[in-house]
Formats: sequence, C-alpha cells, structure tokens
Amino acid sequence: MAFVLTLPLILLIALLVLYPAFYSLYLATLNKAMTKFVGLGNFTFLFKRETFWMVVKQSCIFAITAVVFKALIGFIVAHFVHNIPGKKQRKWRGMLLVPWVIPPAMSTLAWLWLFDPSYSAFNYTLSFFGVGPIPWLGETFWARFSVILVNVWYGAPFFLIMYLAALKSVPDQLYEAAAIDGANWWQKIWYVTLPMMRNIIAITTLFSLIVTFANFDIVRILTSGGPLDTTHLFATWAFQVGIQSSDIPLGACVSLFMVPILAVAAIFILRDVSKRGNEA
Amino acid sequence: MSTMAIDKAGPTRKLGSMSRDRAWALRWSYFFLVLFAIFFLTPPVYMVITSLKSSAEISAATNPWWVFHPTLSNYVELLSSNQFLRFFWNSSIISIVVVFVTMLISIPAAFALARMKFWGSATLATGVFLTYLIPDSLLFIPLFKMLAVIQDFTGITLLNRWYVLVFIYPTLTVPFCTWIMIGYFASIPKELDEAAIIDGASWLQTLLRIFIPVALPGLIAATIFAFTVSWAQFLYPLVFTTSVDQLVLPVGITTTLIKGDVFNWGQIMTGALLGAAPPLIIYAFLMDYYIAGLTAGATKG
Repeated sequence: MAFVLTLPLILLIALLVLYPAFYSLYLATLNKAMTKFVGLGNFTFLFKRETFWMVVKQSCIFAITAVVFKALIGFIVAHFVHNIPGKKQRKWRGMLLVPWVIPPAMSTLAWLWLFDPSYSAFNYTLSFFGVGPIPWLGETFWARFSVILVNVWYGAPFFLIMYLAALKSVPDQLYEAAAIDGANWWQKIWYVTLPMMRNIIAITTLFSLIVTFANFDIVRILTSGGPLDTTHLFATWAFQVGIQSSDIPLGACVSLFMVPILAVAAIFILRDVSKRGNEA
Repeated sequence: MSTMAIDKAGPTRKLGSMSRDRAWALRWSYFFLVLFAIFFLTPPVYMVITSLKSSAEISAATNPWWVFHPTLSNYVELLSSNQFLRFFWNSSIISIVVVFVTMLISIPAAFALARMKFWGSATLATGVFLTYLIPDSLLFIPLFKMLAVIQDFTGITLLNRWYVLVFIYPTLTVPFCTWIMIGYFASIPKELDEAAIIDGASWLQTLLRIFIPVALPGLIAATIFAFTVSWAQFLYPLVFTTSVDQLVLPVGITTTLIKGDVFNWGQIMTGALLGAAPPLIIYAFLMDYYIAGLTAGATKG
C-alpha cells in the first residue's frame, strides 16, 4: 500500500533526477560528436583553459560575496522589522518581501534597464552628485559588482523572512534575564540572539549557497557572461558551451564541477535538519 | 501586584529611560527600513514608471523617474498581441497542470511517509529532501540530451514543445511540496486517524476526510510554491523550447521583445510587469500562506 502511494514519487525522482544525473557523468566522457569515448579528455581539456579557471574563481567570488551580503542585510533588516509593533510590522514585511516574489527573470529585466549604457536611471541620478557615468555592465569590475548586487537584492528578503521567524521564536524572558544581568545590546545579540538562531542561520546560509552557486537567470539576462566571459558562472558557461555551441559533453562536464560544493553544503544541511528534528 | 506597588518609587526612572530607548530604537528602525524599502522597491517601481511611457518619451531621455505624458499604449499593444497572449496562455496552462501533477504525486507520498513506516521510508524521506537541493542548472544538459534520444527513438516530438515542460517541472516542485506536506501531516495527532480507522474508514477516506482538511494551510502553501516556481522557471524553457508559439512568458519576453540591438523598453517593462502580476497577486491575497511555505522548509520536519 505504502509502496503504491510513493511509487509516482520514486519514479519521478529516479527517471527525471537520478537518471539524468548519472547520464551526465556518462556524457562528460564522450567527444563533441558523441561518437567516441574519451575518458577524462574533457576534464583535462578544461583544466588547460584559462576561461575555466576564471569561471571557477568568479563562481566562488559571486556565491560567497552574495551570500554574505544577503545574510548580513537579512539579519539587520529583520531586527528593524522586529522592532516595529504589530499591524505595521505586517505591512513592512509584506513590502520588503516583494523582490523575492517577482520571477527573477522579470525583475532582472528591470535591472538591465536601470543599468542601460545610454539611458541608465542610476547614472542620471548620480550625475547630479558629480559622479561620472558608471559602466554598470561594460567593465569587468562593475559587471561583477552588478550581478552580485542584483542577486543580493533578490535573495536578501528570503533571509529577512527566515531570520524574522527565528527572532520571533526567541523567548522574551531570555532578553529580560540578559537585561537584568546588565547586558548591552551587542551582548544580547552575541550571547542570546545568535546562539538561539544558530540553526536557522546555518540552514538558510547553506541553502542559499547552493542556490546562488547554481544561479543562472540573473547572469544570463544581465551580461550573458560578458564582458569577455568575466562574469560567467558554472551554469551560464555550461549553457553557452553545451547548448549554444552544442558541445553537450563539454557542457555536461562544466556543470558537473558544481557537484562537489553542492554535496558538501547538502551534507551540512542534512546534519542540521536532522539535528533540528531530534530537538523537536 | 503588591510587589509592583511597593517597588513603585525605585524602578520608574529606569523604566522611563527604557521606554525612551525603545522610542529611539523605533525611530531608527523606521529610518533604516525606509532606506531598505527604497532599495528593495526601486526596480518594480521603475518597471511601472517605464511601462507608462511612450517610446518617444523614453528616447527623449527626460527625467527617468517621472512620467510626463502617461499612456497605456504599451499595455494595449501587448494585450492585443497574439504572440504575447500565447506566452501568457502557455505559462498559465503549464503552471496549472504542474500544480495538479505535483499534488497528485506529493500528497499520497507525504501521507505514506508521514504515517506508514515501511522498509526504506526514512531513506526515501531524506532522499526527497536531497533531491530538492539539486539545482536545475545541473540537470538541463543531460535532460536535453535525454529528450533528444527519446524523440529519435520513439518518433514523438518532445523538444520544442511546451507540453514537455509539464513533465520536467515536477522535478522542481514535488520534492519540496512532499517535504513540507510530510511535516504538516506528521503534526496531525495520531488519535484522529486512529478514531477514523476504528469507525471503519479506509486509508483513502482518512486521507481525503481527515488529512487533507486538517492540513489545508500546508496544502495551500505547497500549491502556491508549485505555482510560483513553475511560473518563474527560466532555464528549462530556454533550453527545451525555441519556436515563438511554444515559449512561456519569461523566455518569450526576454527573447522576442528584444529584437537584435533594438530594445523597446516600454514594452519590455510592461511585459515583465504583466508576467510578474500573477505571483504578486497571489502573494498580496495569500501572504501568510506564502510565508508559511517559505519558512516551512527549514522549520518543519
């Protein structure tokens, strides 16, 4: 009986998730025309390419910087929202979550327009402060900055909501006890809030690390990897190599490099989730 | 009560400074929240502003933050364009079918995993959670090749057809929906379904009459999640569909409204806004369920 009820789930996961995952391992060992087995040929080819190492570096810079800023902004704004009383808090929370609700492909178009080389609304505004036109997507540094900025904008509300839920679950008595002991606000955060929220912070950060590391939409729409491939992530480069240049084995090979970091993050998440389950 | 009366003289001053501190904390909170709200809301507001401008006004490069001659022509044009309506229709039908498929797979599976202990049930539950962590960008290349192979083998056209997305999207929605439904089902007291079984109800009846009604908030949260994920998905349709009549909204807007190097920004922003409307409307009306679904992943289970 139980087997029948879970059969569709098992079939779905086996056929459309597990099978493609292993198929990708097999594809990565073929030549471009997919007629010949080349073993680790694609991997050694990648190791010799400068672009590949740039993608590795940029993926790490992108994911780590974006997650750190998302977590920081989420943590800070969650405290501000938590200070707001009752009904108004609901309104602020509702407003601040909007970036997370809009499909990223749609909101990234708005950013693309805000960053437009000749009509940029940001540059228009900055010109009043005497700040010269910034090549938001035209120069490597600014393009990297922009894709991270958009990712932080999109992801910070998620952290905000998770941290707000965690803040609400910290019992007031703990803060009262800390206040009686003469703790200042910094000590309250360090010794009460952070330990109480540790689990949620860990799970949210690891989860976001996976999603950010595997990001596709934002970079694809904003820069398509440019200028000169310097903003490519694993996902966008795999798309360019595998689909646009139709070298499927090499593309599969590129995307497989995401597996190690995803696996490490997944193991830690699983540990934290099961810990949480045992506590409850 | 009595202690409060006795201590009256002492702590009032301290309480007074505390409430003053709190008032300042509140003022600072509002100040910073306004700053962050500006950061978070600039892109959507700018979408609205640009969507109300004509091409002439946009290319005249007047103050970008203000509309001097508001017009609805972008909306009229897009909503009377068969191509755009086709994108909207494709997105809607795919998202709705995916929601149903997801529920049909997730609910029975979550029911079994939450209530029936069977060989490998714990492993399967963990496996479901792990599947949720596998991103689309890892699977799009092998899936693309798989579809091509199946297409060659059976002669059924799969690539460049919108209906293939109905089979692929559940890989993104089912794991999470099953996971949060396990949490909601497990929180239902066992006495409830035991009583039903004693009264002679079958498993199906307990599921339909007890589990689904009691876990309805979770079900709504899962439905919202499945819908918004399907609606927003960009990578799979970009890879699997190319003909204009097979595209979904996110891909359609990014590929067809940008013609070569000519950007019709008024229309692009209008399209993006209309594409963002369904999730935003759902969010506006069902915010609490939306947030419950968002936080359930880490707090349930």
